[in-house]
Amino acid sequence: MQNLISIIVFLPLIAALILALFLKGEDEAAQRNAKWLAFIATLATFFISLFLLGGFDPSVTEFQFVEDRSWLMGLHYKMGVDGISILFVMLTTFLMPITIAACWDVKVRVKEYMIAFLVLESLMLGVFTALDLVLFYLFFEGGLIPMFLIIGIWGGKDRIYAAFKFFLYTFLGSLLMLVAMVAMYVDAGTTDIAALLEHTFASETFPVLGIQVVGGLQTMLFLAFFASFAVKMPMWPVHTWLPDAHVQAPTAGSVVLAAILLKMGGYGFLRFSLPMFPVGSEVMSTFVFWLSAIAIVYASLVALAQEDMKKLIAYSSVAHMGYVTMGIFTVNQQGLDGAIFQMLSHGFVSGALFLVVGVVYDRMHTREIAAYGGLAVRMPVYALIFLLFTMANVGLPGTSGFIGEFLTLMAIFQVNTWVAVVATSGVIFSACYGLWLYRRVMLGKLIKESLKTISDMTGREKAIFAPLVAMTLLLGVYPSLVTDVIGPAVENLIGQYEVALNDYTPATEVALAGDH
Amino acid sequence: MTSTDLAIIMPELFLALYAMVALLGAVWTSKDAAASLLCWLTAAVLVAVAVWISLAGSATNVAFNGMFVDDAFARFAKVTLLLAAAIVLVLSEGFFSRRGIQHFEYPVLIALAVVGMMVMVSAGDLITLYMGLELQSLSLYVIAAIRRDSLKSTEAGLKYFTLGALSSGLLLYGASLTYGYAGSTVFRDIFAAANDGHVGIGLLLGLTFMISGFAFKVSAVPFHMWTPDVYEGAPTPVTAFFASAPKMAAMAMFARAMHDAFGQAVADWQQIVALMAVLSIFLGAIAGIGQRDIKRLMAYSSISHMGFALIGLAAGTQAGVTAMLIYMAIYVTMNVGTFAFILSMERDGQHVTRIDGVSLLSRKEPLTALAMLVLLFSLAGVPPLVGFFGKFAVLTAALDAGLPWLAALGAVGSVISAFYYLRIVYYMYFGSEEAEQIDGSMNGAQWVVLMVSALIMVAGVINLFGVDGLAANAAASLVVN
Repeated sequence: MQNLISIIVFLPLIAALILALFLKGEDEAAQRNAKWLAFIATLATFFISLFLLGGFDPSVTEFQFVEDRSWLMGLHYKMGVDGISILFVMLTTFLMPITIAACWDVKVRVKEYMIAFLVLESLMLGVFTALDLVLFYLFFEGGLIPMFLIIGIWGGKDRIYAAFKFFLYTFLGSLLMLVAMVAMYVDAGTTDIAALLEHTFASETFPVLGIQVVGGLQTMLFLAFFASFAVKMPMWPVHTWLPDAHVQAPTAGSVVLAAILLKMGGYGFLRFSLPMFPVGSEVMSTFVFWLSAIAIVYASLVALAQEDMKKLIAYSSVAHMGYVTMGIFTVNQQGLDGAIFQMLSHGFVSGALFLVVGVVYDRMHTREIAAYGGLAVRMPVYALIFLLFTMANVGLPGTSGFIGEFLTLMAIFQVNTWVAVVATSGVIFSACYGLWLYRRVMLGKLIKESLKTISDMTGREKAIFAPLVAMTLLLGVYPSLVTDVIGPAVENLIGQYEVALNDYTPATEVALAGDH
Repeated sequence: MTSTDLAIIMPELFLALYAMVALLGAVWTSKDAAASLLCWLTAAVLVAVAVWISLAGSATNVAFNGMFVDDAFARFAKVTLLLAAAIVLVLSEGFFSRRGIQHFEYPVLIALAVVGMMVMVSAGDLITLYMGLELQSLSLYVIAAIRRDSLKSTEAGLKYFTLGALSSGLLLYGASLTYGYAGSTVFRDIFAAANDGHVGIGLLLGLTFMISGFAFKVSAVPFHMWTPDVYEGAPTPVTAFFASAPKMAAMAMFARAMHDAFGQAVADWQQIVALMAVLSIFLGAIAGIGQRDIKRLMAYSSISHMGFALIGLAAGTQAGVTAMLIYMAIYVTMNVGTFAFILSMERDGQHVTRIDGVSLLSRKEPLTALAMLVLLFSLAGVPPLVGFFGKFAVLTAALDAGLPWLAALGAVGSVISAFYYLRIVYYMYFGSEEAEQIDGSMNGAQWVVLMVSALIMVAGVINLFGVDGLAANAAASLVVN
């Protein structure tokens, strides 16, 4: 059990190596083998990760299952999980088999496709379990390469543009984070995340190019990390790569992107920004609130105007991520619980929605909303599932979407009423675009000739959706499943945050007044 | 002159003797017909010398009253450049013999250039330094123009010679000023003359002129102009050589002169080097975007990479030199691998260097394309590939030395340069059907070098094969503080 995390993280990578080295040919049999091997590997990873969840003790706030070996240039190979990261690991291992199953019909370069996904899974798991700054960065950035290829090779029409935009946007953000990481290393003398969590970075105001930076080094570091996480999140106004990448990515790529990759930004805020730069976070929190509120309203309005189903869901993702950032920076129990809950729930719901689009796309090869209408007549099962996930996306009580939105809104109301008012209006907009999309695609009369022969979901497709439906409903009616696991870790995080702020408060009040 | 002195320079002496014997032997026997054999033989000798040097222990030996220093730093640089030269020789042999244009002078000149480089990195005196530099440069001028019947090659050789001579002049002028104001040409005496943290105005002039000369050799902005033309014009194997061993040698020589001679006046040269680093990174990154020829692109790529290595030097600390050495070792490995592929690019039997020639390579040669993908992402510095660790090391050194702006600008520059590496990946994986695609296949040696260097980029993430420890030792022997 000592190397449990390493096993979970590297199992997909080993499967990818086996695929790359031993599987030859492009014929039917080879394709089938590649798919089965990838599916079994991801499923095995999921089952092994259940041991991790089983052995995890939520009441302990330290890192658990820690592995620590020395690595090059004074760095450490250190892995471990705590209450914040464990559920993201579970989310990843849970969704990957579903993702692989969802791309069963891919015919182009299947082997490479599977390798890319397996490598991606390893890297994503690494992000959530790394306990060394540079190791984290390695996993965080490494994910760009397989994603670049997934979008670029298997994507839609404008895939090249989308792939480049995705890569360069995120690369720029990440390199600024790298500089900040090196600065932290120089300041604290270690890259160990557990030690950095204890370290207090300087927060004395100092001038940069004639501007007084309130919160000093902490604010600078916060901004550098923010540049990276905000792009990954993505927050308004650096979200523009997401709709492009989504529309052009293949269905499975979209699922991974929306359900897991987007969570890296939120995880980064929770792991680094809040606990390591509490003063910086406090100084910048109002700014983040307004960016989030704008994201919620703006992205919802833009979603209303979309004619492409995937683009619509992509914009709804931006809006939902707005709730997450808003919740995180309220730094109270409801806010953090809600933000983490929202991320997990969004993982299931948005992943499912992209799969929903994939079902009709596989049949009609178009994602244009106008090309559909009245599908409920010929596809009753599909209509039911689509309805469920639309409702979850809107935040209907009883589904997991409701809990996250409600908690974050409640949290922000305690901190900043105006932001709460603006953000709440987003709930209405999301109902508008969600229901309107459903009405245009599913309801009405089936008048389009091309749709007259469309078939309902196959057994495989139903099997793919079953676990997602179960999770969405389960979390909707029994949220303690999540909050019990994350609770103590979140409480601990808030406690430390408040201690750090109390040490700092006197000097800021004056400076803050001058800053705004 | 004692036998200990001779024992210390034994590897250089041996290689020089070998070069002369090989030259005479080839002239008296079958001339160009012996070229292939001579290439392999020279490569073997270079590898043997590298092994010999790497087994020499860890002592610092000084010969000829400080004119020649054989320390861990010199040995690190020598082993790297010897191995790089040997591999490039093997690669070139395949390239030349396939086209029936062998010259037996080529391996001999490379051997002589390598002797020059070994003297450069071991120089403890301005005279030794200049001697080594000129031996190297003269060999390189001839190699650049080795295709006498090719207009481009001749032009490249002439350009390189003219500008190289100018830079040697600058360097020599700086050396004479330094001698005039420090009263000695030996590094340790100059070191003593500049002892209060700053140098006098005369010595400062000498320092500046010498830096200009060094900058030319490492092709740092603003002394980079020759690089793209020479890289493009010279035969591709020669370009591969230019991009590897001489860069390592020049960078090591630069570091030695700065630290051994002006190590107590870091503040005086730090700003110049830092500025050159930033300019090189940005010029290399931006000017490379418009290139359509892969050799020109590699020229700009090398300018940009030299900028990063210079960040390490600009830090002016032991950690900085360590970072620089790690960076250079990684850079040389990546470059040799990349050129192994470039050498194999051909269409209808003709060598081509247009970038869009690699269009859709991933369909025909998936493994080759994958190896190139790894190398290109590594050149761009994307983790988890080894190229990232080079960048990480220099950025850490810069921040540690109190140069945050340098680190930040370096990070921004590396995003810009990522674009042109990505574009090659784009052609390989998504390119268009219409482009004139390459159709040649790689020969055994090229394939092996490409694969091994790609594998190093991936596997090195485990422990960098211990290079970081060796580099730290080397830097410790160079930098006193």
